[in-house]
Amino acid sequence: MYRYRDSSGLKVGHVFSAFLVLALFGAHDTATAQTTAPDPLSGKLVVTGSSTVAPLIAEIGKRFERLNPKVRVDVQTGGSSRGVTDVRQGLADIGMISRAMKDDEKDLHAFTVARDGVGIIVHKDNPIRTLSDEQVIAIYTGKITNWKEVGGKEAAITVVSKAEGRSTLEVFLHYFKLKNTDIKPHVVIGDNEQGVKTVAGNRNAIGYVSIGTAEYDESQGVPITLLSTGGVPASTESVRNGTFPISRPLHIVTRTAPAGLAKAFIEYAQSKAAHDLITQQYFVPLAN
Amino acid sequence: MTSSHSNILCRWQTDDLLCWLLRGLAAIAGLVVVVIVGFLIAEALPVLSLIGLGRFFTDPSWHPAEGFYNLTPMLWGTLFAMAGSVLIATPLGILSAVFCHHYAPPAVARSYRRLIELLAGIPSVVYGFWGLVVLVPLIGDIHPPGPSLLAGILILTIMILPTITLMADASLANVPQHYLRGAAALGLPRWATIRGVVFPAAKSGLFTGVILETGRAIGETMAILMVCGNVVQTPSSLFDPIRTLTANIALEMAYALGDHRAALFVSGLVLMAMIVGLAIAAEWISRGRIYG
Repeated sequence: MYRYRDSSGLKVGHVFSAFLVLALFGAHDTATAQTTAPDPLSGKLVVTGSSTVAPLIAEIGKRFERLNPKVRVDVQTGGSSRGVTDVRQGLADIGMISRAMKDDEKDLHAFTVARDGVGIIVHKDNPIRTLSDEQVIAIYTGKITNWKEVGGKEAAITVVSKAEGRSTLEVFLHYFKLKNTDIKPHVVIGDNEQGVKTVAGNRNAIGYVSIGTAEYDESQGVPITLLSTGGVPASTESVRNGTFPISRPLHIVTRTAPAGLAKAFIEYAQSKAAHDLITQQYFVPLAN
Repeated sequence: MTSSHSNILCRWQTDDLLCWLLRGLAAIAGLVVVVIVGFLIAEALPVLSLIGLGRFFTDPSWHPAEGFYNLTPMLWGTLFAMAGSVLIATPLGILSAVFCHHYAPPAVARSYRRLIELLAGIPSVVYGFWGLVVLVPLIGDIHPPGPSLLAGILILTIMILPTITLMADASLANVPQHYLRGAAALGLPRWATIRGVVFPAAKSGLFTGVILETGRAIGETMAILMVCGNVVQTPSSLFDPIRTLTANIALEMAYALGDHRAALFVSGLVLMAMIVGLAIAAEWISRGRIYG
C-alpha cells in the first residue's frame, strides 16, 4: 500500500526539536566562563550579545585566530541586552551591543568597532525620493495611507516593519520617537534580506533596513531605492562621516579595563586590518 | 503476549529478550514526547507563573517587549490558514486520486503520480520564495498589500496537496478488486461505483490523509512566514495579513530574551495543545465508524 512517502507529518516535531537544541546550547552557555592563561595571546575569549554585531565579530575572530593560533574566539548571539548581562555577570569576556550605550551602562568599558545606518527604502518605480520625518511617522502610524498624500501616485501604501526584538526596529523607533504599539504595519519581516525582497516585490511598499544591505542589493540591480532622511542621502558614506541621522554605533564592551587577550582582540577589531571585514558585512568602518 | 513455542533451542529467552527490547524502544518513543512537553512547560513556566495563562488570551495586543502577550489573533490566524487550505486541498487531492485510478490512461496516471511525488519533495522555503516573488505581488495587484491570509492558504494548499493526493491514491489502490468486479457485474456506472463502493471501502485511508495534511498545515513555518505578512491581528478578510503561531516563534525566537522568550514557549505550548485537540477530535470522529 505505501507508495506514499511521509515527509510531512513531522514538521511540528521540527519546531520542538529546535527548542530542544536551543535548550541544550542555552544551558551550555553558563559553563563557558572566562579563562585567562599566563601567556597573553593564548586561551579562550567568550564574546556574546547582539546578533547584528555577531557575524562581524565572528569573522574578525576567525582572522584573529589565524594570526594567533593558540587563541579561540567563541561568539554567541542573544541580543544586545544579553551582551550587557553576560559581561556584568562575568559569563562573557566581551559583550556586543548594536546601539549607543545607555546611561545605566556607564560601568562598562565600550569600544566602537563600526557604524550601521538604517535607511528607508521604497520600490524603484516609486517616484518619491525623499520624505520628511513627519511624513514617515504619519505613514508608519497609519495617518497617511496613500502615496498621493505625500506627492506620489494614487496607490495605497504597504507599510513594512520589523519583528519585535530586532535592533533595526529599536533604532528606527528611537529615531522617530515611536513605540512599537503605535506602528500599524501591513507586513512584518525578520531579517534585512526579507525586507529588501518584500519591498522589491511590491511597488507601493515602504520599509527600513540596514543601509549596507540596501546599498549592496541596489548595486546588484534589485529594484529598490534608499530615501534620504533629514535632507541627507542614505549611503554608507554619510553614515561614515556621521551626517546620516538614523545610524548607530556598534560597540564591544568589557566589564573592567581590558587587558591581555581581550585588549589585543579589541585593538585588532578597531584597527584598519579589520576594515575589509566590516565592509564585507555591509557595515561602515570608522573614519580613522 | 504469545510466545513462540516453535523455538526449540531456547524456549523463552528470545521472546523475552525481544519483548524487553520492544518495550524499551516504545518507552523511548513515548519518552521523547513527554520530555519535549515537559521542557516546553519548564521554559514557559517563568512567564506563566508571573502573569498567568489568562493574559495570553485577554491582553490588548502582542507586544512582548512592552508586556502585552495576546496570542488569540495568532491562534485564529493558524486556524484560518489551516482550515482554508484543508478545505481546498482535500477535495482536490481526493478527486485527483480518483482521476488517477479510475479515469486516466495508465501512462498519464503514472507520470501524474511522479509529478505529485515531486511536488511533495520540494522544500518549504522554495514554496515560500516562489510565493513571495510571484504570488504575493499578484495578490497585491488585486487588493493591496499582498502578503495575506489568502496567500498563506494558497501556498499551504499547494504544499499539503501531495500529502492527501498520495495518501488517497494509496488507499484507492487498496480497495479489493472483487468489490469493483462486483459493482461492474451489477452494471453500476463508474461514478456510482466510486461513490457507493470505493469511497466507503477506502474511507480510513482518506481520513488518515486528511489528518496528515492538517498536521502539516498547522506545522508549516517557513513558507507561511514569507507570504503571510506576519502582522498580529485577527483577519477580517482574506486579504488581511496574519501571523501564525509557528511563524511567531520562528520570527522572534532568535532575538527574544527573558519573558519574551518564555512567552514564545507558551506559543509552542498552545500549538501543542492545538495538535492534541486535533488528535482528540479525529479520534472522536473516527471512533467505531472510520477504522471499525
